Amino acid sequence: MSQPSLLNRVLGILSVLLLLMPAASTADEEGHPLPFSDLVLTEPARHFSATQECVEPEDEMRRNHMNYILHQRDETVHDGIRTRQYALEECINCHASKGEDGEYIRVEDPRHFCASCHSYASVSIDCFQCHADVPVRPSSLQQSRSGHPHHLARENFAGDLAGKTALGLLATEGKPQ
Amino acid sequence: MKDTSKPADPSRRDFMSKAGATAGMAAVAPGVLLTSPAVARPADEKVTSDKRWGILIDTAKCASGCTACVSACETENGWGGESNTEKQSSDEQRAQWIRKVQLKEKATGHVTTLPLMCQHCETPPCADVCPTGASFRRADGIVLVDKHICIGCRYCMMACPYKARSFIHEDLKDQKPWAPRGKGTVESCTLCVHRVDEGGTPACVEACSSEGHYAMVFGDLYDDNSEISRQLEQHGGKQIRADLGLNTGVRYRGI
Repeated sequence: MSQPSLLNRVLGILSVLLLLMPAASTADEEGHPLPFSDLVLTEPARHFSATQECVEPEDEMRRNHMNYILHQRDETVHDGIRTRQYALEECINCHASKGEDGEYIRVEDPRHFCASCHSYASVSIDCFQCHADVPVRPSSLQQSRSGHPHHLARENFAGDLAGKTALGLLATEGKPQ
Repeated sequence: MKDTSKPADPSRRDFMSKAGATAGMAAVAPGVLLTSPAVARPADEKVTSDKRWGILIDTAKCASGCTACVSACETENGWGGESNTEKQSSDEQRAQWIRKVQLKEKATGHVTTLPLMCQHCETPPCADVCPTGASFRRADGIVLVDKHICIGCRYCMMACPYKARSFIHEDLKDQKPWAPRGKGTVESCTLCVHRVDEGGTPACVEACSSEGHYAMVFGDLYDDNSEISRQLEQHGGKQIRADLGLNTGVRYRGI
């Protein structure tokens, strides 16, 4: 089999580069900005890559994260299903980021991962009137139950928020057998 | 039939009689464990009505003046005490998941103290009156509030004969991830459902034992071999307001 010609190679590389370029333009034909084109989303604390992605592909999570959380919510409260994959607590454990002062950014701050998009899109969701908006216990405690790679991370957590009793119990119970 | 034993349903009885032969064979095999060790239910499995969780409280062992169970509950679930963020509410309206109650018999002057919390009724009046279905009894007998659908009407608080429920009047911060609580919803003892689901014991029971009082026993009322069932069979256990016929999951000795 003959070697591909130089032209073919160049065309191949060019088409790959074209694919990698951002597909969406920031404005429509008349020059009006498209929705969300000027949104600056807070980077998750933990960076995802090809080998370590979010629990579902990024575009799926951007559109439908609420469905996963809602489904998990009812299963947990009513049926006691406590898998970690779609748990809101694990979203926070990965996505909550720290400010310049080294403290976790709270949800009232528009730099908070959830708030950065919700405030932009005028979504007033009240998850965090009850739920913790910053990591409180490390997800590693639950690693044996989750099985998802980045739920194995051992990040620092806001220790003063966590009751010693509960952490003591979880620390002994969460260890892989 | 004892009121703490599992209600017989025909399909189950049918299954049991068919399964009897197989079970018998397993029991005679040498070296086979007859009772399985306590294993936490896998996280992805639903709770079933094969278990019914309960607490037996021995008031003779409950020390007067000791509030270890109350403070343990506060720390575990993030209400009251140091973590009390309900600064605006009046004392009688603040959260109270568990309280110490003192009884004095007028004739003899004998004083008994006991912890009182949600009694986890088999037929909970709170769930009966709830207009949205937010108050419910889980398959394993734990009575909970689904705060996602609670509208804060407080009918359940009026229906509860044990004054076990409280209402949150103000914005809270820094709740525990395992015990979410927030303004406009009713709450009560969850029997530390997050611990129970991991095979653990409620914080109050644990605290009572670590204080050396051992006044509280937690376990499965349907399992004849559990510590709580053995003690109930031996000594009995009273329900508070048994006349209401609620078949509570929390039982008391010595009252």
